[in-house]
Amino acid sequence: MKQFLQHRAATLPTIGAVVIFVAMIAYGEIAYGRILQFSTLSNLLINNAHLVILAVGLTFVIVTGGIDLSVGAVIAFTSVTGVLLANAGWNPWLVMVLMVVIGGAFGLASGILVEYFGVQPFIATLAMMFLARGLASTLSTNPERLADDSPIRLIAAEWKLVDGPKVNDLILTPGVLIAAIVVLGAWFVLHRTRLGRTVYAIGGSEPSALLMGLPVWRTKVWVYVISGTLAGVAAVVYTARLGIAQNITGIGWELDAIAAVVIGGTLLTGGVGYVAGSVVGALVLGLMIVLITRDGKIPPEMTTIITGGIVLVFVLLQRGLSVVRRNP
Amino acid sequence: MNRVKGLVKKPPFWGFVAILLLLAINLAKDPRYLAITVSPVTGNLVGNVIDILRVVAPILLIAFGMCLVIATGGIDLSVGSVMAVSGAVAMQYLHDHGAPDSVGDALAAIGLALGVALLVGLVNAVLVAVVGLQPFITTLVMMLAGRGLAKVVTQGQNTNAVNDPMRWIANGYVLGIPVVFLLALVLIVVVAVLIRRSALGLLIESLGVDPKAARLAGVDRRALLFSAYLLSALLAGIAGLFATGSVMTVDVSQTGYQAELDAILAVVVGGTSLAGGRFSLGGAVVGAFLIATLDKTIVFLGVPASATPAFKAVVIVVLCLLQSQRVRGWIGQAGARMRAARKAVA
Repeated sequence: MKQFLQHRAATLPTIGAVVIFVAMIAYGEIAYGRILQFSTLSNLLINNAHLVILAVGLTFVIVTGGIDLSVGAVIAFTSVTGVLLANAGWNPWLVMVLMVVIGGAFGLASGILVEYFGVQPFIATLAMMFLARGLASTLSTNPERLADDSPIRLIAAEWKLVDGPKVNDLILTPGVLIAAIVVLGAWFVLHRTRLGRTVYAIGGSEPSALLMGLPVWRTKVWVYVISGTLAGVAAVVYTARLGIAQNITGIGWELDAIAAVVIGGTLLTGGVGYVAGSVVGALVLGLMIVLITRDGKIPPEMTTIITGGIVLVFVLLQRGLSVVRRNP
Repeated sequence: MNRVKGLVKKPPFWGFVAILLLLAINLAKDPRYLAITVSPVTGNLVGNVIDILRVVAPILLIAFGMCLVIATGGIDLSVGSVMAVSGAVAMQYLHDHGAPDSVGDALAAIGLALGVALLVGLVNAVLVAVVGLQPFITTLVMMLAGRGLAKVVTQGQNTNAVNDPMRWIANGYVLGIPVVFLLALVLIVVVAVLIRRSALGLLIESLGVDPKAARLAGVDRRALLFSAYLLSALLAGIAGLFATGSVMTVDVSQTGYQAELDAILAVVVGGTSLAGGRFSLGGAVVGAFLIATLDKTIVFLGVPASATPAFKAVVIVVLCLLQSQRVRGWIGQAGARMRAARKAVA
């Protein structure tokens, strides 16, 4: 058993997240019912597609041992810009591309500050968070509504795959599809390419990665660009679903995304983590909201306490495992 | 000349320059900006500078606590939430039990609020020092849970209360100067003397520079971490009382919101590295004043308050760039070239 723990210590937290997810579904199904059905699961995916995308982007940064606090604010800026431009008559497809590019530009700025000027990731991305939030507020402080017939809303069009009885339909949206493509792409890049290997090597030990002749600088700029770009993608998906953009959109989402990544088994010190884990982590958070709503007796004020508690349990689990690994 | 050079290299210097620059901008808009007058009605000093003193008080407190935690190689993201919890406990207590003019009730509320704040600090300290979790994730959890706790205390309401002694602490004047500023000043002087006139500061620095070496040298890591996190929570608790006392209302989602970022910003502007180790309490004071001045300037210039973060971002980026090796190198090269050119002309 101990040998198994040591051998599998890196994957165990991720497996633990999957177990918790399944257990939460089982508990919800037994206690409240109507969890394990098409409509609930479809909604879980649709409502959390943006969080999944964010968490996947953040996984890259956190595996290198960095952090990106700017993603929530980047979503606010890109979605307000996008909606304003689309309403001003710009080509909506161009607007969507522009939203993603702007996100990437914020990531690039963070990356250059961190790598080229030696600013700590926490401070550099904090600056980008302030900048994006402030710029979004100068653009507009009112909720900007996207026209209902705007093609951007097609991203949230519902495809009914299985027409169940009553409203129990299996529904997918292009947004969910985009999230799935992002997850697959990120999995491929992180686990199957040189860039991905370098990301892990930097997280394991940056001096060693440098001595091995790996392109540390370029890779570290890349991870911030990836995180920023995916924040732009998440902004497109979220704005399309909601149809409204506001300067206060996405406040605290960087924390949700960090929580999802941590629950998924990625170490904040870097070097260990899985894309799949972050996806499960995001879904655990989403499912938790569903269960709290279903329960009805838990006051909504408790939500953040429960989120904090879950993160704490997972971090303690990781901590325990690392102790087991170090003392055979 | 060398002395001037040394001063320019010190990070707080640039923060100080930035404050003067902001004041100059305000003066350009209104030549009477710095004027302090005595109010004929109350006999108190009034003016923008006095306003800045009032605004800076809570920032000073949390920046001081943050500075010590950062020096140990940690970070405390929970200070904003601790402010909310402390304010919520005090307001809820006064709302439920307090008589409008009872000093005893005010003291009880303050004691209760600071007790709860210390409890949050204790959880942070135990998780970091005993369990060995990363400070970032520990205090992030407490930041989430703390704000939840504040909402549970007030049942999600923005509780208000009436209590004159409490209101006096947050809004009153002694010798014409705001009580909050005097209190903050006394607290930070006490802490600074305690830290710098004893070996405490040195021990904290040793912990941040190299935890392993500190342990081998027999430094009591746990005791130091406990004192840093508890002190940070206590100061944040007091800051929370200042913030809620001035309006006698706790806004559970807005009180202390992103205050941790202001505190970290103040500390970094002051030249303390987030990596831990050497710290500058004086720098944190300069940083806190810079943030307070910036906040007031933006309101004064008529820019919407929600755009404030963009200006803070500019300040962070400029200061970080000025401190970075690469830009220093560029400036040094440019200076050398200019001197060479001048010599050639001569």
